[in-house]
Amino acid sequence: MKLRVNNAEINSVFEQLSGEYRIIAPVRKPLRGTMSDTDAIRYEEVTTIEEIEFRDKAQFSAKEVMQPITQVLFYFTEDEYKIPAADQKKILLFLRACDIHALDRFDQIYLDNGPVDPYYKQIRDRVKIALIGCEHSYRNCFCVSMGTNKADTYAMGIQPVDGGANVELNEKDLAQAFAALTGAEHIEFEVPFVTENTTKVTVPENIDGKGVAELDIWREYDSRCVACGKCNFVCPTCTCFGMQDIFYKDNENTGERRRVWTSCHVDGYTDMAGGHGFRKKHGDRMRFKTLHKVHDYNKRFNKHMCVGCGRCDDACPSYISFSSCVNKLSDLEKGAK
Amino acid sequence: MSNAYMPFGSEILEIIQHTDIEYTFRMAYEGDMVPGQFFEVSIPKYGECPISVSGIGENYIDLTIRRVGKVTDELHNFKVGQKFFMRGPYGNGFEMKHYENKEVIITAGGSGLAPVKGIIDEIHRDKSSVKDFHLLVGFKSPEDVLFKSDLAAWKEAGLGQTLTVDGAEEGYEGHVGLVTKYVPDLKIANMDDVEVVIVGPPMMMKFTVQEYIKRGVPENQIWVSYERKMHCGLGKCGGCKMDDTYICLDGPVFNYVDAKKLFD
Repeated sequence: MKLRVNNAEINSVFEQLSGEYRIIAPVRKPLRGTMSDTDAIRYEEVTTIEEIEFRDKAQFSAKEVMQPITQVLFYFTEDEYKIPAADQKKILLFLRACDIHALDRFDQIYLDNGPVDPYYKQIRDRVKIALIGCEHSYRNCFCVSMGTNKADTYAMGIQPVDGGANVELNEKDLAQAFAALTGAEHIEFEVPFVTENTTKVTVPENIDGKGVAELDIWREYDSRCVACGKCNFVCPTCTCFGMQDIFYKDNENTGERRRVWTSCHVDGYTDMAGGHGFRKKHGDRMRFKTLHKVHDYNKRFNKHMCVGCGRCDDACPSYISFSSCVNKLSDLEKGAK
Repeated sequence: MSNAYMPFGSEILEIIQHTDIEYTFRMAYEGDMVPGQFFEVSIPKYGECPISVSGIGENYIDLTIRRVGKVTDELHNFKVGQKFFMRGPYGNGFEMKHYENKEVIITAGGSGLAPVKGIIDEIHRDKSSVKDFHLLVGFKSPEDVLFKSDLAAWKEAGLGQTLTVDGAEEGYEGHVGLVTKYVPDLKIANMDDVEVVIVGPPMMMKFTVQEYIKRGVPENQIWVSYERKMHCGLGKCGGCKMDDTYICLDGPVFNYVDAKKLFD
């Protein structure tokens, strides 16, 4: 079902859904960007369509929803672990095509690689996806190169128009809610998607990871990369976490076991008790991340982890370009042939 | 849905001291497992750490633990009769079928003896299951020797053994030097029948593998076990990934044909 609806009508649907759903979407936070006089765009719960940022790309992905930055796994006493009660509300999550593909990369790790992760599944089962169409490509995007410019599994598609939006409804609950609107007009439209990016990436398809790891190209990043991990934290497909136990000040025998985001660029990621660690050089961390995104994940799961959102390049304080790095690898591969 | 992160409590049946900082905790446990698998020991307030199983009994498992970090420091305050939490077992472990009717050579460095001790125990129980057996084991110094009574019992039972230490005070009568020094002296009757297991610190494994290859041992007859940072043991946290391999799920035990392709 495809409809043209105005903002007031969409908001009435949002309100109607609010008993059962949390609506989470990118929101513009004026002057909250990392640089002066810039805005931040990140995911938050919204109640109206006007709050949703459709114009620009969100600097952070929606992964905070799926895998919170810190997530309590257990409350414990000295002799008991208790699983925290989980939110039961459904989630209507507004994502662009690349981020829908990113969700699939998350599913692969958390639902398929080894046993099912119960915390992830508990959230994932409640999520319905609303696709935000992309009218044009953004800076550093290379979704077309990664084949993630178009998504085909979503409950709802949306294309904002003046004073309202075109919506495509592929799911019963949402279709019913919108069908009840008196002012809705049936129309024909396709949720727009990008067909060409300025940034183009050629993924090397047949590299020998171990051989590539020994190349000199990584040494450039030893000094350029400052190991801040921003590229990992804005990446919609970086899934790594660490464990952390904390205890309460007023009763030291009780506390929480949490998992917290961690990342392969950050110091300590591989350090084991006793002090032995791997990849001390920052260039080797860049190599580890790059190969995970465009080589070894594909080797294991038959699809590349990177979805070409370009957020890593947007975020890097040293202006390191991941897309250029991947192109360097494919140039080397071509040169080797 | 079952929660894979939920640990279970297990009673400490016995604590065996090896050195000032290394103890074996005998823990109540019933369930199938093989040598080389590991548990995540889980102490509220202190966290979790992967510990390989150093012995398997009908109603217990042994965990040999060195005081080396937050969790293991705390663990050494525990007494017999108390319980601590763990989850697992995880990983593939050593499959005994690879060693049956073979000339088995186990080479271990320091606490690397713990994950392979289960194999030696099996062979000790039934010597006829293998054609021949030799243990080549190295420790830092005579004070760092682990499993002293087991080493003596295995020797007593006629299982071949070379015990060496990296360094010792003058007057020490045993072997001195790295394990690599003793690889050329090992007796191998038939190169086609030999199976070599190597477990220890990364550098020790790297150079020991090379020594065996120099001796002519085929790569597919060499087995190693890897140790990496593991927060979950479930293929999620990413800490142990090497190329497309998750040490916690696909390992920690690898045939060298596969292991040689891995890189950090």
